[in-house]
Amino acid sequence: MESITNLTVHELVEKLKNNELTSEEITKAYIDRINEKEKDVDAFVTLTTDEALNESKKIDEERKENKELSEYAGIPIGIKDNLCTKGVKTTCSSKMLENFVSPYDATVVEKLNKEGIISLGKLNMDEFAMGSSTENSAIKITHNPWDLSRVPGGSSGGSAAAVAGNFVPWALGSDTGGSIREPAAFCGVVGLKPTYGLVSRYGLVAFASSLDQVGPITKDVKDSAMLLNIISGHDEKDSTSYDVEKKDYLQNLEKDLTGIKIGVPKEFFGEGINKEVKEQLEKAIETYKKLGATVEETSLDVAKASLAAYYIIACAEASSNLGRFDGIRYGYRAKDFNSLKELYVNSRTEGFGDEVKRRIILGTYVLSSGYYDAYYKKAQKVRTYVKNEFNKAFSKYDVLLTPVSPSTAFKIGEKCNNPLEMYLADICTVSINIASVPAISLPCGVDSNGMPVGMQLIGNRFEEEKILNVAYKFEQEIKFRENHKPTFKK
Amino acid sequence: MTVSKEELLHIANLADIKIKDEEIDKYLNNLQDILNYTELLNSMNLDELDETIGANDSSNVFRKDEIAQFDNKEGIMANAPEKERNMFKIPKVLN
Repeated sequence: MESITNLTVHELVEKLKNNELTSEEITKAYIDRINEKEKDVDAFVTLTTDEALNESKKIDEERKENKELSEYAGIPIGIKDNLCTKGVKTTCSSKMLENFVSPYDATVVEKLNKEGIISLGKLNMDEFAMGSSTENSAIKITHNPWDLSRVPGGSSGGSAAAVAGNFVPWALGSDTGGSIREPAAFCGVVGLKPTYGLVSRYGLVAFASSLDQVGPITKDVKDSAMLLNIISGHDEKDSTSYDVEKKDYLQNLEKDLTGIKIGVPKEFFGEGINKEVKEQLEKAIETYKKLGATVEETSLDVAKASLAAYYIIACAEASSNLGRFDGIRYGYRAKDFNSLKELYVNSRTEGFGDEVKRRIILGTYVLSSGYYDAYYKKAQKVRTYVKNEFNKAFSKYDVLLTPVSPSTAFKIGEKCNNPLEMYLADICTVSINIASVPAISLPCGVDSNGMPVGMQLIGNRFEEEKILNVAYKFEQEIKFRENHKPTFKK
Repeated sequence: MTVSKEELLHIANLADIKIKDEEIDKYLNNLQDILNYTELLNSMNLDELDETIGANDSSNVFRKDEIAQFDNKEGIMANAPEKERNMFKIPKVLN
């Protein structure tokens, strides 16, 4: 049933409304698709397809009885495995949480449930969201549906691959330094990192609390706006979530781009950015000019400083956040120990993977006595610098346009042995988290291998409607989904 | 800054992580690579800037200190690696 699974959520919503499809038919189509293709991609850590099918039948009954339901009731979804789901495992793709069943739902999951949206399962990721390729998962390696020998990006690689492969109509991811946008770019789908504080982090397993945000990974921009409508909003359980007036992100999509000013920061197109990526973005710039936007080259020299500050701040926060995994109340406990200290050390040493341990050690180092001023304090000042630079840019431009990643999806295993090289994959995305601003990643073309190239549109804080508008008009113009499809080539 | 082997082992101990002898060089190299990259921050003039504390401008967020019941205590205890009479069990800490 390729035809159903190829539909976007807004198309599915129409078909449900017009009684052309039932929730059961939609859910079954996705389950068939998963049964056929998941073995090649390995996007899921946990499947909940039986529960989903039962739920879909229940919703169809309720719809028949004319019960008042959300328009999204009966639409399936996939959820990144670092979002807590009551009664279903939340592993963070770590041995540490391999058998952890959350006793409560994350706020965003609660919001999905309230709409009657049905989870098909939990999606693979880099362990504790630390990575850019999903190769750091302790559970399995996820393959890119456009070329199975390549990575799907990370850390929300399972989410992006599942949306690209039509295993789910949309998915939730999380983004600390690019973990929604980079996999979205690698898999040719749309990923949005909202402004820090727009979406509740309650029930998102913490990596770097001042940078983490939950956001949508979708087939198109309209679906992204729809899912943002559902998950955004203040939550008293997350005191860093903002109490701002709730917007309807669908309102502004069709607006004409005349008068919109787009800045193109030249530093994001410098050394290290692949030539073919640049070429596709240059074409995108021409498209925007045709659409009536004003496009200008500008300067925003924040990428390298942000990356350096990011790895200090994110690792520092991670070393503190991951201190809770001690083998006492939940999570992995080592078999052999002779004292409480040994229980901690052995459980953490055996339960965490290499990259997680590397970051905990780096984070502990930069926070330790004697080094705090040289690293952490300095990084926090850089954060102020980066925020100021973005403020200056947004005093001149509505939106900034950059690449998402220096390259398209790389081969599995290519960057595994060099952590710094892997970190450089985040060079275009981390400054956005450092500055707390929103950004969307959407496909703008393919390279000579047929791999999708992502474009990043960055907006000012709480101006998601602007980047969604600018992204939507572009998508309507180039019609990427009509012209390019994942091939599942081996 | 150069990280020594002794420093690495001290930090690992603080973080409750054991590094095997054969892993020491790898950890040292990786750590040094990343710290070297952050050296570029030293060339920036940051003297006039304040630190950013937290991601947004709001300072303290207050709420009433009210007791709320959590309805799934069984769900919490079900995750305990070892328990006894509804309590988490740990090795003996006092002799």
